[in-house]
Amino acid sequence: MSGTTADPRLTDARLPPRKRMRLSWADPRFRGLVWQVLIVGLVILVIWYLVSNTNANLAARHIATGFGFLSRVAGVPIADSPIPYNPAESTYGRALLIGVLNTLKVAVSGIILATLLGTLIGIGRLSSNWLVAKLAAIYVEVIRDIPVLLQLLFWYTLLQGLPGPRQAIAIGNWAFLSNRGIKVAVIDWQPGQGWSLLALVAGIALAFGYARYSRRRQERTGQKPRVWPVAIALMVLPPAAVWALAGGSLVIDKPVLRGFNFTGGTTISPEFVALLLGLVVYTAAYIAEIVRSGIEAVPQGQWEAGRALGLHSGVLLRKIVLPQALRVVVPPMTSQYLNLTKNSSLAVAIGFQDIVSVANTVLNQTGQAIEGIAMIMAVYLTISLSISLFMNWYNARIALVER
Amino acid sequence: MPSASTERASAARLGAVPAVSGEIAAPRAGSGKAGAHKPPAGVGGPLAWLKRNLFGSWWSTALTLALGYLIVRWSVSFIDWALVHAVWSVPYNDRGAPVPSACQAAQGVGACWAVIADKYRFILFGRYPYDEQWRPAICIALFIALYAVSAWRRFWRKELLGIWLATLAVIGLLMWGGIPGLPYVPQDDWGGLPITLILATFGLAFAFPLAVLVALGRRAANLPAVRILCIVYVELIRGVPLVSLLFMASVMFPLFMPAGVNIDKLLRAQIAIILFAAAYLAEVVRGGLQALPKGQFEGADALGLSYWQKTRLIILPQALRVVIPPLVNTFIGFFKDTSLVLIIGIFDLLTAGKIALSDPLWASYTTEVYLVLAVIYFLFCFAMSKYSRGLEREFNRARRR
Repeated sequence: MSGTTADPRLTDARLPPRKRMRLSWADPRFRGLVWQVLIVGLVILVIWYLVSNTNANLAARHIATGFGFLSRVAGVPIADSPIPYNPAESTYGRALLIGVLNTLKVAVSGIILATLLGTLIGIGRLSSNWLVAKLAAIYVEVIRDIPVLLQLLFWYTLLQGLPGPRQAIAIGNWAFLSNRGIKVAVIDWQPGQGWSLLALVAGIALAFGYARYSRRRQERTGQKPRVWPVAIALMVLPPAAVWALAGGSLVIDKPVLRGFNFTGGTTISPEFVALLLGLVVYTAAYIAEIVRSGIEAVPQGQWEAGRALGLHSGVLLRKIVLPQALRVVVPPMTSQYLNLTKNSSLAVAIGFQDIVSVANTVLNQTGQAIEGIAMIMAVYLTISLSISLFMNWYNARIALVER
Repeated sequence: MPSASTERASAARLGAVPAVSGEIAAPRAGSGKAGAHKPPAGVGGPLAWLKRNLFGSWWSTALTLALGYLIVRWSVSFIDWALVHAVWSVPYNDRGAPVPSACQAAQGVGACWAVIADKYRFILFGRYPYDEQWRPAICIALFIALYAVSAWRRFWRKELLGIWLATLAVIGLLMWGGIPGLPYVPQDDWGGLPITLILATFGLAFAFPLAVLVALGRRAANLPAVRILCIVYVELIRGVPLVSLLFMASVMFPLFMPAGVNIDKLLRAQIAIILFAAAYLAEVVRGGLQALPKGQFEGADALGLSYWQKTRLIILPQALRVVIPPLVNTFIGFFKDTSLVLIIGIFDLLTAGKIALSDPLWASYTTEVYLVLAVIYFLFCFAMSKYSRGLEREFNRARRR
């Protein structure tokens, strides 16, 4: 307020008089300019030296430059690919795209699972049950002090030590655990199910709308209509009705043992499972500490005031403690999410084909090291930046609104 | 002893006082002898502790019972595997090769610690010439001594820099040799734990000064170009994984160098780790600089100190002191991250363990080897994190007072 109405004469008087820069070492501005020119010049010189060396080396070794190789046929076999891929005709570009998708797959599922496990363990550390608190503390201490790569290798060898497909560990006849990975049953996709999925999405949106409406009504009248029966009805009935209208067929593709391997179902590769397990177990230890310190940062008075208002522990935790803890928790959590994403590059050590591993193969085949590494770095910088932006937006949304 | 008898007497006296409840008894403690009061029945004692901490509610009781059952079951089977049915050593045949038939018989039932007995020298020292392995052993001891001395607050002074330089020089001399009495050992033959310690310690030693400069540069308000340079460096390095930097070191550095110049693989990885570490350390140091009250900067300016005098005498001694606990935590991170050099084929502790397992005789005893490696890493990191937490508590106490 005061800034807009201040007397311009006053604000001018506060600034030191602007003098012209003197060409003398005694003038700090001149000194600053000289230092900057020197340092920036030195950096440019070093970069120019490296670039000219690189150019000479590339010419001497007859290595092509540029991204032309992206449209050539790759011939890189890829075991885990979320989109159709054929090594005989797909291009390097597509192989690298699959690498990016695999990295995203691990990062997203890892972040979700690590948050769940970490929150559970963080709350466990504050448990009034001595055994639970001690176990959670030991988990955090031990896991944090062992390199994540060693843990990954350990999980991977453990999975490889599982019995073969013929002696697979079965969970009902829905899932089979063997050294070829996890085989799980999937729903065979039919158009009718697509429509019912759409109905589910619409139902969820309606349920959210109803929750909003009931909150408004509570604010207006003080009465709170029951939300959950309506919400469940909205989410269950329309998809079921659409599914029944579309013929009501449901085909489940179950894995079946034929000869030495399974047919049917879908496979989750042991590499993916080991990587996900290693990253989740490792990052959860850090997230647990963040969650614990976040909850401890909420002053005791808040708990006591909530109890004095007669709130029971669930509401107290949900409405009073967690929203305040979240403010403390979000910034360090962001850096853990970034760490998990960057650590997913360790996939290369156990042979899961993420972007690092695919780009490594590509640069070995084409010899174009600079392009390969530039792409790896660009992908990670983009992912890191996106996570930071999203978490900053979220942080701003939940931040304390001060008058 | 008279004190024992008075204690007993006072306890007896207190016993006569009717215990009402903990809350009412507590204020009375201030008037009489504090600490001599006994809590009323049902609040103290091991049984009450159990009731409060393990069987507080039906939910807590169920958790305790379920977890207790699992712990007992798993501990028993682990002890069975690791100690009771374990094979500690195997006979050697007349050609000096181990005969692990006992281990094969115990597979799945007991651990085969014979693999460690056979391979521990290789895991610890890699391919370093067998008769010269006392040299890396001394180096490991020197590194540990260096950490211990640095952790000791009595040595937090300028002389510490000299101690570091001298120790690192002695370690280099011991590893390389090349003087009478110490035959030359090329860098390609180094391996195992010394490499892990070298990568972490030399990484810190070189990254730290760089980090301080970058942190200062990032806060230099009157040098915008330098500031931007520092920000770009830090954010770029922190945005990409260490693996990509290591790849860069192994495949791109050779392209950067003029024809004929060939930098050794270990040095290239070391440079990548230094550049990586410096970006993270710079952020830690910047935190310390930001925590310093503005009056310190202004006071130094008022005394007429130059920028470097101000930084050296006033700012850094205070800023660095505050950030010692986070610095130790960052160092723990690097210590663990050095294991990533496995990916570009450098012979550190983890790689040595993995290569030891590639011996067909021992290939199926991965769990045993990985457990031992985990214990080694754990001991180093746990000691450091314990130390850092203690320091943090001490600093907090001092600040609160």
